[in-house]
Amino acid sequence: MEQIINPELDRKIANEPKDIPGWGMDADPENDPTYPMKHWNGADYERIHYEKAPQQPEKIEVFHSIERPGITRVFGTSTPPTGLSGAMRRYAFKYSEATATHWMTLILADRVDVVQGLVDDLKHGNVPNLFEELGWRAEWQYNRKKFVQRLLVKGLTIWAIIALIKRKKK
Amino acid sequence: MLAMNFRGPYRIRADRNRPEPKIEHPYDAIVRVTRSLICGSDLHLYHGLVPDTRVGMTFGHEFTGIVEEVGSGVQNLKQGDHVLVPFNIACGTCPFCKQELYGNCHESNPEATAVGGFFGYAHIAGGYDGGQAEYVRVPYADVGPMVIPEGMDIEDAVMLTDVTPTGYQAAEMGGIRKGDTVVVFGAGPIGIMAARCCWLFGAGRVIIIDHLDYRLEFARNYAKCEAYNFKEMDDPVLFVKKATDWLGADVCIDAVGCDASGSKLQSITGKKLLMQAGSATALHWAINSVKKGGILSIVGVYGPPWNLVPVGSLMNKGITVRANQASVKRLLPKLIDHVMSGRLDPKGIISHRIPLEDIPDAYRMFSEKLDNIIKPLLIPPKAFAV
Repeated sequence: MEQIINPELDRKIANEPKDIPGWGMDADPENDPTYPMKHWNGADYERIHYEKAPQQPEKIEVFHSIERPGITRVFGTSTPPTGLSGAMRRYAFKYSEATATHWMTLILADRVDVVQGLVDDLKHGNVPNLFEELGWRAEWQYNRKKFVQRLLVKGLTIWAIIALIKRKKK
Repeated sequence: MLAMNFRGPYRIRADRNRPEPKIEHPYDAIVRVTRSLICGSDLHLYHGLVPDTRVGMTFGHEFTGIVEEVGSGVQNLKQGDHVLVPFNIACGTCPFCKQELYGNCHESNPEATAVGGFFGYAHIAGGYDGGQAEYVRVPYADVGPMVIPEGMDIEDAVMLTDVTPTGYQAAEMGGIRKGDTVVVFGAGPIGIMAARCCWLFGAGRVIIIDHLDYRLEFARNYAKCEAYNFKEMDDPVLFVKKATDWLGADVCIDAVGCDASGSKLQSITGKKLLMQAGSATALHWAINSVKKGGILSIVGVYGPPWNLVPVGSLMNKGITVRANQASVKRLLPKLIDHVMSGRLDPKGIISHRIPLEDIPDAYRMFSEKLDNIIKPLLIPPKAFAV
């Protein structure tokens, strides 16, 4: 593997450690635990001065990790943020990928999004076909006994909880 | 167009009213999907384990298709080309792509720096709609997609977009030396392919561990390896130690990821309470099963923010951990050669061929392991003749 180092592009290599006696004398480019996944050729030292594609127009709201300076040259346009879940996602992206606040807020936003999706469906007169969407047809075809058992257990549990609540109210 | 539409955990819709994708960038192509697969990692999305999985999204990162339209800057592809599309979206010019880390591109995913852009894998991977649809937008079309070689079966081609390269790279990252004992955790499609590929690197013994007998039987036949059910063991780690002269395996491969079974503690804290990013049982076992100074190769997918694993053992045992998303484009030339010469038979792993219209059933079957399913292939209605 050939080392290609452009000192002008890398501040550290250009200035700092050269004065240290023995700097780099034991460096072995073959000793790279990421090889062969990574064909090391020194491109790392280009830092952010690499050739970039034209910027994709930002026609929708796109979040970017605060661990990078801005959006990437290309991005997905699926499902832009909306409503309460969108606001939660906006908040989550104020925190870095190293924080629980970032990820836990996103997970919570996902759950809120499910409710938003249901409301949106109903608003458009679309009553979800749960039997079909949950893939219960496949359960009925290939796993009937366990499927019926599971439904019965769930049904009975719900019935018992409702009965218990009613009794307490009395 | 017809496309998969995510409505929430365990709920998806075969939606006939999805808008067709458009060219958004000069380097884009629009591809009419001919075959797509459901990946085990799609199940992590389906189960609601991956943050920023938005309602309305289309999943799918393993697909082939015919180029319908190209952007003004695309030079290598033309209308009518039948291509296989690697799951990595890669710019080809950032330092990571230049060093063939196509799964770690820095210009395809604005939303996370920890992972590159992938098709149909939530906003954590760039917010791209995926290939479980009739049409899909393919960014950086000159970099990733490859025209399917003449004479290659379309089912082999679609298996080259993720399963085969990921399984192969799992073995490659293991740094297997001739005669090594390799233990693969997980007999899903990736684990089975990884076990098969270990032989290409000269493994002396390959052991696969799972809890589903039908998959172990399949692995035994397909990958010609030893296969054991951890439900029949008191302790899988102890089993591996005993099977390897009490030293541990030379190489362990985690081909499961965050949906692992086998530990109530991991399942409850990871999959029910979401106190960690899914269940890390396989990774835990792999760390404990590998020998001192051994190599651990991870291709199982874990989400952020963290998982419970014995980091102390990594240090004390001097384990080398090697992990990454597969760099599909880097591996394609070698894998195409293996497939065309008959050394690898990727399509042999496909167990079910299902119309795209029945995608909710396909997900349910794959998730619940119904009808001895190994790998489901989806066929869009317009693509049956291809």
